[in-house]
Parts: sequence; C-alpha cells; structure tokens
Amino acid sequence: MVTNAASFGRSGVHDFILLRASAVILACYTIFLVGFIACSSPLTFEIWHGLFSTLPMKVFTLLALVALLVHAWIGVWQVLTDYVKCTSLRGVLQFTFVVTAFSYLAAGIVIVWGV
Amino acid sequence: MELSEQNVKKQRPVHLDLQTIRFPATAIASILHRISGVIMLFAIGILLWLLNSTLTSAEGFASVQSLFDGFVMKFILWGILTALGYHLLGGIRHLIMDTGRWEELASGIASAKVTFALAAAFSIIAGIWVW
Repeated sequence: MVTNAASFGRSGVHDFILLRASAVILACYTIFLVGFIACSSPLTFEIWHGLFSTLPMKVFTLLALVALLVHAWIGVWQVLTDYVKCTSLRGVLQFTFVVTAFSYLAAGIVIVWGV
Repeated sequence: MELSEQNVKKQRPVHLDLQTIRFPATAIASILHRISGVIMLFAIGILLWLLNSTLTSAEGFASVQSLFDGFVMKFILWGILTALGYHLLGGIRHLIMDTGRWEELASGIASAKVTFALAAAFSIIAGIWVW
C-alpha cells in the first residue's frame, strides 16, 4: 500500500536504511575532501586537477552526489511533512528540492566528465 | 460539549509562561540538524559552481582563489563549514543512538550538549582556517 507517494523508499524502514547508508557515504566523502584540502596546503591547480582526474575520485564524487540525492530527498520529506500542512504547497516544495538534487547530480556528472 | 469534558478543560493546569519555557537540549539538537541540512542543500549549489570553476582551467582556479580574498566569500565558506560540521556530528550522534546507546533522558541531553560543544569547537577551527 502506498501511504505516501512523495517519500523516497517504499516504506519507512526502507527510508530509514537509505538515509543512513547515504549518510555514511556523504560522511566519508566530506571527511576525505576536507582532509585533503587541509593537508595539501597551499593547494595548487595541478594538485586539485590531478585529484579529480583520477577515476576513483570521479566515481567517489558521483557516488556522493547520488547519496546526496537520496539523503536530501528523504530529509526534505521529513522536514516538509512536519511543517508544511498544505498538501499542494508541500508537493511543489518537495518537487523543487528533488529537482534541485537531481540537477546537482547532472551538474556533477558534467563537471567531473571533462577533467 | 459535555459537562465532563468542560470540567477536564477547566481543571487542566495551563502553563504558557513563555519566559520560563525552554526547549530541552535534545529538541534544539533536532531542529539544528534540520536547519543545517536545509542550509547545506543550498550550499551544495555554491560548492558545485566553485568545483566547476576550479577544474575548468588554471585561470578559473586562480579566480576562485581571489574570490576567497573577500570577506563575503570567506564568511559563506565558514557558514557552510559550520553547518556541515554540526550536521556531521549530529548525524554521528544519530548513528550511535541507532545502536541503542544514549536513548535515556540524561544520556540524550548529555550527548546533545557534547555535540554542541564539538560543533562550536569545529566552527572556531574552521574560522581560523578560513581567515
């Protein structure tokens, strides 16, 4: 039974697991990237470009953006269902945020593609 | 309305003294987690734009670097790092709570306060790093 069509997973348990799985990926990516920038001071274009030209970093970046889509979808759903009681407005907002997250993924693919 | 229902409403103690009502630390931890999450959803757009500029060419990289000479960009980056740090620490707290720890009132409040302290410390470190 579909009780809420705007959620990401097919059930609350599904959402629960996906939220945590995507959170772990995002945490790993952020800690790595912030750590990399902090450790390679002064950061030059060659080091930065070199990092993103490797296949593992491209995959890691796209993985993080897919995780962001899932994480943001569920997170926004949780926030909107709590505070926005008007269904049509909530639908429009959910749509806007999900489209934004999809656009981030599309932009990410194009950005790392050419490096 | 039935008489019994009216009596219940009359007898119920009402406490709406907004001066003394305080959110517990756990509630503040929850709302901050939500606010920082929504902030970062917008922040990712800025970060992707910066990533695109820095990876396109050496000139683009240099122009982004000069962008960070200004106060506004430094402040935005510091804000993003602060939201990120809090959301990450709050998320780790949630994952630990999923394992059944820190679920009691006292431990929940204590872990929320520790999260605030660590996030504040990270925010200060991020500020020193950015400036």
